[in-house]
Amino acid sequence: MSARLDPRRLAALVHKESRQMWRDPATILMAFVLPVVMIFLYAYAVSLDLDKVAIGVVLESDSAGAQSLAAAFAGSRYFAATPARDRREVDRAVVGGRLRGFVVIPQDFDRRVQSAGAQPLVQVVTDGTQPNTAGFVAFYAQNVVGLWQASRGLAPPGLALEPRFWYNPEIESRRFLLPGAIAIIMTMIGTLLTAMVVAREWERGTMEAVISTPVSVVEILLGKLLPYFGLAMAATVICTLLSIHVFGVPLRGSWPALLMLSSAFLVPALGQGLVISSIAKNQFVAAQLALFSGFLPAFLLSGFIFEISSMPLPIRLLTLLVPARYFVASLQTVFLAGDVWSVFIPDTLAMLAIGCGFFLIARAKTKKTLDT
Amino acid sequence: MIMSSTRLLAQIRKELLCVLRDPKSRFALIIPPLMQLLIFSFANTLEVRHVDIAVYNRDSGRAAYELVARIGAASFCDRLVPAHSQAEIAGMIERREVIAALDIPESFSGDLAAGRPARAQVLLDGRRGNASQVLLGYLSDLAAGLGAELTGTAAAANSVAVRHWFNPNLIYQWFVVPSLGGVLVMFSTLMITGLSIARERELGTFDQLLVSPCTPLEIIVAKMAPALVICSGLGSVMAAAGVFAFGIAFTGSWLLLFVSMEVFVLSMVGIGLMLSAVCRTQQQAILGTFAFGVPVMVMSGFATPVENMPAVLQWLAQAIPLKYYLIILQGSFLKALPPAEVFANVWPMAVIALVTLSAATWFVKGRLE
Repeated sequence: MSARLDPRRLAALVHKESRQMWRDPATILMAFVLPVVMIFLYAYAVSLDLDKVAIGVVLESDSAGAQSLAAAFAGSRYFAATPARDRREVDRAVVGGRLRGFVVIPQDFDRRVQSAGAQPLVQVVTDGTQPNTAGFVAFYAQNVVGLWQASRGLAPPGLALEPRFWYNPEIESRRFLLPGAIAIIMTMIGTLLTAMVVAREWERGTMEAVISTPVSVVEILLGKLLPYFGLAMAATVICTLLSIHVFGVPLRGSWPALLMLSSAFLVPALGQGLVISSIAKNQFVAAQLALFSGFLPAFLLSGFIFEISSMPLPIRLLTLLVPARYFVASLQTVFLAGDVWSVFIPDTLAMLAIGCGFFLIARAKTKKTLDT
Repeated sequence: MIMSSTRLLAQIRKELLCVLRDPKSRFALIIPPLMQLLIFSFANTLEVRHVDIAVYNRDSGRAAYELVARIGAASFCDRLVPAHSQAEIAGMIERREVIAALDIPESFSGDLAAGRPARAQVLLDGRRGNASQVLLGYLSDLAAGLGAELTGTAAAANSVAVRHWFNPNLIYQWFVVPSLGGVLVMFSTLMITGLSIARERELGTFDQLLVSPCTPLEIIVAKMAPALVICSGLGSVMAAAGVFAFGIAFTGSWLLLFVSMEVFVLSMVGIGLMLSAVCRTQQQAILGTFAFGVPVMVMSGFATPVENMPAVLQWLAQAIPLKYYLIILQGSFLKALPPAEVFANVWPMAVIALVTLSAATWFVKGRLE
């Protein structure tokens, strides 16, 4: 079977696949409802901005100074403080996960303030089972105490760093998470849906029937991929519009750059779906493989929540093969920084290279099964 | 005549064969979750390491020199990139070559020596917001420590004594490995059960099942079997891997953990079967599984704490079995979770299991009549 490409036949196939796609409510759910739900969830549920972390404030001293520090904790935007008089009241709550930690303002607080640093002023205990939250609790507790000291003129002139966050001065996690969420949604549509659709043809035996027609393999695969390409692009546009207009994420780059990056990302995403379906030929196995090789890596190895540079070397090497990694980096740039072509071009090339790899594997696999 | 043991056993045997007969399915069920546990356990860290930092130092004094030297020697910093102008710094951050840049003014060391507060600016890449914030924490600690040392006031650095309970060094793996055990078991359970009824309906064998002498309850119990066996096995292997491969202390009760695991798997089986029952094809079932599983994972407290979410979502999260199971898992590993706390998190899962399994049985019965 040669790789002939007849535009009329291809158009007919695309038409057939599109009709099939539209007919299935599950596809529509996946392509339009799910992205909207996901964007809302990422905007509201995945928040790395810890505000109002539940902590206990154990006030063992009644002095004015101790009370003003307790009030500073109660007034902090980072904490929802539960007052207590005894640490036994709060430590059960920490074990049960209802509080993320507590601050102890000791009995001899005033003496400690006067002795200027011979002993720490307060103790902070955190729930280390959630290391990220624990770190933030410790950091912001120090912050509150530091500000309290400064307000009373107690802070010694030291050395301090003035942070400035570029592209995201308020460090709103939504601003870097939503672009990442788009990459995940596109992985789901591109890889999972494609893998399932092609696997279904194999499972039901209809692929053999199509192969026996004059249509070439390339035409069959393209016919399947093009409608899903369109669907994924539509989902991207919807997600982007939502991110910009509903959630206030700026798009500092241009739409053409965004669309180019998205198209480039779909090449490996669709290619991966094809490879999975040609290996699996069964919807269950295809879905399982798509989940574990497509969705979870896009979520966990793309650098959108977990920083890639912090991973151990073998895994950092592995992430080089995760197309979502390049897409997330570029998307965050196009949204928050602008059109930085020195970031986009290498990322796009990497995505296209991975995509070509997938298509070559898919072609080899598909051919082989036709021969046998 | 609700259940007959021979019929039930034959059914269970058939369901197990359905899932395990095909070597590819066997492989897809067992290997990927374990590999994921291994890879993601090492990958998922919110610590910051191996970062490059640009330095634009306009000060030739000692304090600035010390600050730069200490950052360069810090374990989180791979490379210090010298810069010679603010524009150069801006370019490096924009191109993602460095994650942060230190801009030290000329007066820096002089201010410190004169007893004035010395200020240096840190520019951070807000696109990598999380890592930037963590890095800022590291840098601020380092700067405060150095400042206290140079001015001879040891006080500034430690006005707060911090203790992290259960995980004193905040090792991220101690959080990730147990939690991943929950997330991966959830997806496997959903996948196995989600497809079971949908596959029969797609292939038309569901009608055959309905005209057989099997009762709806038998059908549901038999459908529960593969997920219960495989996912309990997976969950146990993952928990054991946490202890033996990752060396995480297990301070709770294994018995309580197993009981909770069974209840958790049952509740997910119930949800999976419900999803499966309303789907006509496998594709719909899988998409349904995703449409359900992904938001649930996001809202369960795995990625970010539940209490950070708005009230409506927190309220929704009460119906998510994974949320309770994660509390039990993390507690059983690190906190020696007392039985009362385990129970407080098991009963909501039991209620969810009861409701969803009844609904699935009711659905099969509805088809029958």
